[in-house]
Amino acid sequence: MDYQLDFVGLFPYYKDLVSGIILTIQITILTTILGVSFGIIGAATRVGKNKFLQNLVGGFVEVVRNTPFIVQLFFIFFGLPTIGFKLTALEAGMIAMVINLGAYSTEIIRAGIEATDKGQWEAGKTLGLKWYQIFIHIILPQAFNKISPALISQCVIVMLGSSVLSQISVEELTFTANFIQSRTFLSFESYFLITGIYLIFAIVLRFVLTVVSEKLFKTKAMKEGN
Amino acid sequence: MSDFTTLDIFQNLLLAARWTILLSLIAFVGGGIVAGILILLRMTKNSILSAFIRIYVEIFQGTPLLMQLFLAFFGLPLLGIEVGPWTAASLALTLFTSAYLCEIWSGCLNSVPKGQWEAAKTLGLNYYQSMVHVIIPQSIRVATAPTIGFSVQVVKGTALASIIGFVELTKAGTMLNNVTFEPFKVFAMVAILYFVICYPLTRYSKYLERKLNVSS
Repeated sequence: MDYQLDFVGLFPYYKDLVSGIILTIQITILTTILGVSFGIIGAATRVGKNKFLQNLVGGFVEVVRNTPFIVQLFFIFFGLPTIGFKLTALEAGMIAMVINLGAYSTEIIRAGIEATDKGQWEAGKTLGLKWYQIFIHIILPQAFNKISPALISQCVIVMLGSSVLSQISVEELTFTANFIQSRTFLSFESYFLITGIYLIFAIVLRFVLTVVSEKLFKTKAMKEGN
Repeated sequence: MSDFTTLDIFQNLLLAARWTILLSLIAFVGGGIVAGILILLRMTKNSILSAFIRIYVEIFQGTPLLMQLFLAFFGLPLLGIEVGPWTAASLALTLFTSAYLCEIWSGCLNSVPKGQWEAAKTLGLNYYQSMVHVIIPQSIRVATAPTIGFSVQVVKGTALASIIGFVELTKAGTMLNNVTFEPFKVFAMVAILYFVICYPLTRYSKYLERKLNVSS
């Protein structure tokens, strides 16, 4: 069978494409910020003194990490309204993404904290700092320094997972691809183009986060190390 | 409303979970074989092959699994190969798995200290003998925990095959939801079944990791 690929046929839909790209970028930025913040709080709880909270967060992380993202998404979007939590598709999608990145980054950041020398806590205490001051100013920068590659990879994975939001009709990039292919029947061309855009996103996001983490943590930790 | 009792829903989901497990096994075994071939190719030290493998890994790690499934499902027919959801899902998940396993295993091979290579050379072993008798046995010890840990990602990845019409646990869940209109119950049960499959793997991987850390 001879099939001529027709990428020109996609051109009339560039406006849909641009709006899909913008929404995916917005979702990614918001998820990364909220998800990592969630992770910091989660990790603080995991290494904190309250046993109950420790187990609660631990259990939550295990549930999120051992069930598929799409099932979490369906549960939040279709399941929660039946017990009274009405959510728009975008809200449900954002919650699912933040929870997901939050759970993974809790584990990653916790590993970084545990790899940080115990003496750092004691040194902080000797200087008269409070628990949260030690955590924020001493432990966290060093932990981030150790785990930033793993955390950045996880942010990229979660960004790529945003394509699943198309299944609950969030009009992001993959939704746009579905829309264009349903109009033009150029399914392979649509998905090929969108896949390429995701690849660029992944490379750019990794680069940006690497630069950000170096600016934020590497210099600080090194200064403090000296 | 419907004649589905909770037990009926559970039984149907349990039956569908078989296909989740089977697809996971196909993807994992197939992905392992492809990853093994990729690593063998990388060992030839051919720079073109190495570049090809790097790009291959980058593409599969840098694009959504959902897109890979769509491309397999819609792309193969353009080449004149008729595919159903089974073939498309198996192929996409196998390639996806192979890219990650290739990365994990390469990392483990590189984690063996250089001194081991030198020691093997001193004993008169050539490259392949050193690899087979010295380096690989040590890397396998390191590789087991992350490999099992990654199998959880494969099981969760199979859930996306539901979108191209593969009837496994998630698809069965959406279908049962359409009949019963009880999304809370149905998707909670789906999630529990995934958890039952994945959690033991997670625990086992953590256990192996801890054992390795203690012994080294």
